Amino acid sequence: MTQALTSKRITVGEGGLIAFFAVLAAYCVLGVIKAQDGAFAFHSALMAAVSAWAIVAIIRRYSARGALPLQEINGVPNYNLGPVKFTAFMAMFWGIAGFTVGVIIASQLAFPALNLGEWVNFGRLRPLHTSAVIFAFGGNVLIATSFYVVQKTSRARLAGELAPWFVVIGYNLFIVIAGTGYLLGVTQSKEYAEPEWYADLMLTVIWVVYLLTFVMTLMKRKEPHIYVANWFYLAFIITIAVLHLGNNPTVPVSFFGSKSYIAWGGVQDAMFQWWYGHNAVGFFLTAGFLAIMYYFIPKRAERPVYSYRLSIIHFWALIFLYIWAGPHHLHYTALPDWTQTLGMTFSIMLWMPSWGGMINGLMTLSGAWDKLRTDPVLRMLVVSVAFYGMSTFEGPMMAIKVVNSLSHYTDWTVGHVHSGALGWVGFVSFGALYCLVPWVWNRKQLYSLKLVNWHFWIATLGIVLYISSMWVSGILQGLMWRAYTSLGFLEYSFIETVEAMHPFYVIRAAGGGLFLIGALIMAYNLWMTVRVGESSETQPRVALQAAE
Amino acid sequence: MNMADHAPHGELDKVTGRTTTGHEWDGIQELNTPLPRWWVWTFYATIVWSIAYWIVYPAWPLVKDHTTGWFNYSSRADVAVELAKLDAIRGGKMAALSTASLEDIQKDPALLAMARAKGKAVFGDNCAPCHGTGATGSKGFPNLNDDDWLWGGSLDQIMKTIRFGARSGHAEAHEGQMLAFGKEGVLKPDEIVTVANYVRSLSGLPTRPGFDKAAGEKLFTENCVACHGEDAKGNPELGAPNLTDKIWLYGSDEATIIETVTNGRAGVMPSWEGRLDTGTIKAMAVYVHSLGGGK
Amino acid sequence: MSFWDRHKIFEKNSIILIIGIVVVISIGGLVEIGPLFYLKSTIEKVDGVRPYTPLELAGRNVYIREGCYLCHSQMIRPLRDEVERYGHFSLAAESMYDHPFQWGSKRTGPDLARVGGKYSDDWHVTHLKNPRAIVPQSVMPNYAFLAKNEVNSSNIAEHLRTNRLIGVPYTDEQIASATEDMKAQVDPDSPGAAELLKRYPKAVVRNFDGKGGDPTELDALIAYLQMLGTLVDFKLYDEKANLR
Ligand code: HEC
Ligand code: HEC
Ligand code: HEC
Ligand code: HEM
Ligand code: HEM
Ligand SMILES: [Ca+2]
Ligand SMILES: [Ca+2]
Ligand SMILES: [Cu+2]
Repeated sequence: MTQALTSKRITVGEGGLIAFFAVLAAYCVLGVIKAQDGAFAFHSALMAAVSAWAIVAIIRRYSARGALPLQEINGVPNYNLGPVKFTAFMAMFWGIAGFTVGVIIASQLAFPALNLGEWVNFGRLRPLHTSAVIFAFGGNVLIATSFYVVQKTSRARLAGELAPWFVVIGYNLFIVIAGTGYLLGVTQSKEYAEPEWYADLMLTVIWVVYLLTFVMTLMKRKEPHIYVANWFYLAFIITIAVLHLGNNPTVPVSFFGSKSYIAWGGVQDAMFQWWYGHNAVGFFLTAGFLAIMYYFIPKRAERPVYSYRLSIIHFWALIFLYIWAGPHHLHYTALPDWTQTLGMTFSIMLWMPSWGGMINGLMTLSGAWDKLRTDPVLRMLVVSVAFYGMSTFEGPMMAIKVVNSLSHYTDWTVGHVHSGALGWVGFVSFGALYCLVPWVWNRKQLYSLKLVNWHFWIATLGIVLYISSMWVSGILQGLMWRAYTSLGFLEYSFIETVEAMHPFYVIRAAGGGLFLIGALIMAYNLWMTVRVGESSETQPRVALQAAE
Repeated sequence: MNMADHAPHGELDKVTGRTTTGHEWDGIQELNTPLPRWWVWTFYATIVWSIAYWIVYPAWPLVKDHTTGWFNYSSRADVAVELAKLDAIRGGKMAALSTASLEDIQKDPALLAMARAKGKAVFGDNCAPCHGTGATGSKGFPNLNDDDWLWGGSLDQIMKTIRFGARSGHAEAHEGQMLAFGKEGVLKPDEIVTVANYVRSLSGLPTRPGFDKAAGEKLFTENCVACHGEDAKGNPELGAPNLTDKIWLYGSDEATIIETVTNGRAGVMPSWEGRLDTGTIKAMAVYVHSLGGGK
Repeated sequence: MSFWDRHKIFEKNSIILIIGIVVVISIGGLVEIGPLFYLKSTIEKVDGVRPYTPLELAGRNVYIREGCYLCHSQMIRPLRDEVERYGHFSLAAESMYDHPFQWGSKRTGPDLARVGGKYSDDWHVTHLKNPRAIVPQSVMPNYAFLAKNEVNSSNIAEHLRTNRLIGVPYTDEQIASATEDMKAQVDPDSPGAAELLKRYPKAVVRNFDGKGGDPTELDALIAYLQMLGTLVDFKLYDEKANLR
């Protein structure tokens, strides 16, 4: 596996990428010239510039480098941490951006005068928010941790040299293209799959390289067994690829314009969309983050994972059952009843497999519960698992048709989303980043545990305000819509329900503001950890230990 | 260190009393704890429940069809049942509402109460967006509480307005519009200013200094009385508003009146026939009539 | 070998693990989505549903671009309060030419599936420019800029052709006259208006935004809103035949 020290040939990867970017640059230049709309011209110009930069960067890297980096140094894997650092940084950046946009749209619903014009009105900012938090923040956390965890638990250097960089830079560029697109009005208006055809295509290429990088690293592993976290990462990466392809087959109106039409239509498009949408939750926001939990909780608590058998059963059950649950987003719609039945029953069966992850996470702390008092990072991780348990109880409940007839279309869904998103995805990501940053930047510990504590409490208060106000407003809204007077007539007009939501929208915005403040504290803390933190060793990383 | 292959049975974990699986990754081990019983049984319970549900509800797709289930359930059939129940709650009066005459509805207290309740419910979602939540109207949308009617305030006339609308495109809708005297070149700008001031004078509003009332009156007689009448009190046949009553559809300031005369007006009231059923339209007429200004 | 030991095969071989995952995640999707393409009962048998006119399609694209679906559903559920508030529950047939579907998942504003004909064009103009001018309690954003943008009618035929490629039954004639049809729809007095109505029954031909000249995005969006839910005549619709 190890390369000879003296060889310096241009690698297949280097050569291939230069060719790839040359073709891409040519196409993009053509795109600028022939563009059908302003947004396409802008994106083509951006991509042309990036391709040119990539070619230069690869050539300069080639001429500056000696031989390829060693796979091992003194029998210890020569871990590739650059891409991990990059994505960890980007995660924090996009997190703050996404939460900020969240606070803005929350405020717009409370005070519509804040819709300050074409590019930044609610309809364009909301997809920016969901994509920024899920795909940009969540996605970078997933890539950062997966690239770290797969190396550590395989005891092998990340496969490829340029491929990981292609993945992490490409992925973030995809985010920029998608996000600026939304502001300019480039969207398919398919929830969570808004990017237009060219961004979709770009993501497809990047995702395949991500899958390959991950799998090839697994194949190089020195451990005989694949660790459970990697099962989950793998299921996440593979399934997202399948979902993305299934939900995005489009025909562009012109290969030099941003608009396309999706191949699926009407009821079939609806089913494809929510097969995708629900499993974006199941595999992006659940499987992927469970993988994070399976590494960071045992590592931080220094305890063995509670039950290997539970891992096996809940892993397979979870990924099998999740796929079926999509129709619970389409209850009582024009989707046939039989499909709704399947969606509902499989959501119920999904309850215990979901809780399997929670049990394994929480029970791993047996014998280490006292650490929660002293280690706010561990506390964050554990509370995230509790929120995970809560939303995976609420979810199956909302999937029951009678409950959904009330909750669907209301803020209850939004409350459910954010108990999962802020409580589970947010906190487990924060916990993981608090662990990861000192480890990859080679610091003894975090700059300040006290600030972590502040972050924890401020964000928790924010979450409580957010989700409780949405529960109240959602249930109130649902009940008002269906309220009948004693004479048997609808009691409220729609606009009365809009008015009734106002106080809750204000509370929600305040809660979101607190959550954002917490994240800003975190960013400061991590920044200072990297800037002024004490180096843990002078040697290159030999043994990675949790920072106590 | 990699001990996986050498220690297949793992070590004893003192805290839990369980053994590990013997594998280790970056210092992480796994316990061989059996599945929690309650977890397994709850999982089974959800599976059994689901199977039972599939038997009684439509569930599995087949080659040509899908299973329909013992209950023969359909959410679309269900809503018809629910709506019938609603009718029962309403004392089965909805049918009576659609057959009774408007006068009979007004005379029968039970029907009247029903019509008002229905009217109020429908008004909020269908009429309030234009006529306002209190039916007080706004610029271009008439107030329905007062006794000033563009198209007449009797029950029948109100019903006709609601059914067919005004300039709605429906064949029987109220037609007739305020002409665009300025745009069509019938009146010159200074004449429009004069006639606008004359219109203001009709309801005792102040006029411009130097305003020639006689000229205004002449212009009005030549151009406007055809619709708004000799006395300027309007004409419900044409929907031409009364210009003397201090009630304004579009506004009384000079600029607005000038705009009205220059560009004309043709406010559209949609036709509700087809969208609302006959009983409901009757209820709406009775409800609007009862708001205060009915004649 | 104990039950638990059998799992080794997945843990020791990444390719087998991948195959296992792919198999396990494929089943649900195949069973739920596949039949929607071949079961006859999925899309009801109704008359009247037709492809969008060029102007309506352009309006729909504005609707998509602005993300109206984030606040408005276009799916009336068969629940009594919804049927009473918004009208007949939505049919799958009514959105069969929608690429993408816009059923929505959140109702910050009311359902729009049957908003067509409910208000006047003027009302929509005022409302879209400034919702609070006409509904003081509204939280909907202002879309005043739509009045200023003209829709691109030069390449609308390409849009129709792309739709035909993915199954929307546009005829050659409809594609050939797309550009004229688009302009004719805002000009009731033009000779093309009658032709348009032949090609697209029940289309609304009006000067939607009240201003002359080529159609604006406001024209297009209102044309789209004014046809929503108006194509199926429910007096002729067979409820019993389409339960499922
Ligand atoms: C699109 C806006 C709109 C909606 C919705 C609407 N109206 Fe109207 N309505 C109007 C306008 C505009 C007029 C005045 C027409 C004119 O200028 O002649 C009017 C006139 C009327 C009149 C006649 C008033 C008069 O002075 O003669 C009645 C009665 C009425 N509306 C009742 C209703 C009812 C009941 C509903 C609901 C079922 C309703 N309207 C919904 C716009 C609307
Ligand atoms: C062909 C009939 C017709 C003629 C002629 C006519 N009007 Fe009108 N006028 C109307 C109608 C109909 C309306 C109500 C329009 C609506 O409801 O949208 C109206 C409305 C008005 C209004 C608005 C009233 C309000 O409450 O805001 C004014 C002012 C007015 N007319 C003045 C005039 C003057 C001045 C003239 C002559 C120069 C004139 N009209 C000629 C039919 C006519
Ligand atoms: C922030 C949420 C939001 C967005 C985005 C939004 N709306 Fe609305 N919309 C509302 C609310 C709330 C109402 C109810 C109050 C009102 O009539 O303004 C409404 C009402 C409407 C109505 C009247 C419906 C009825 O039956 O009374 C129409 C039509 C409409 N919106 C169209 C649109 C279109 C088209 C877009 C996109 C270009 C859009 N809306 C974007 C919130 C929104
Ligand atoms: C500061 C923190 C946040 C605030 C203030 C916030 C606010 C909002 C608001 C106002 C909406 C729109 C709701 C509506 O349309 O009524 C929304 C939607 C959404 N947000 Fe957030 N958000 C925050 C953080 C997050 C995070 C961290 C995630 C995910 C990891 C997330 C995921 C989502 C999703 C998926 C939706 C769409 C929900 C749906 O369609 O039902 N949000 N958010
Ligand atoms: C067993 C697990 C779960 C089930 C059965 C479930 C079920 C549901 C249901 C029934 C809805 C409402 C659909 C509607 O009425 O429109 C929903 C919405 C949603 N859930 Fe869950 N949920 C689960 C777990 C989670 C988790 C862990 C998250 C993580 C963040 C999450 C994120 C979301 C999101 C983002 C939506 C909004 C989708 C939209 O835009 O409408 N869910 N879920
Ligand atoms: Ca897409
Ligand atoms: Ca949603
Ligand atoms: Cu779901």
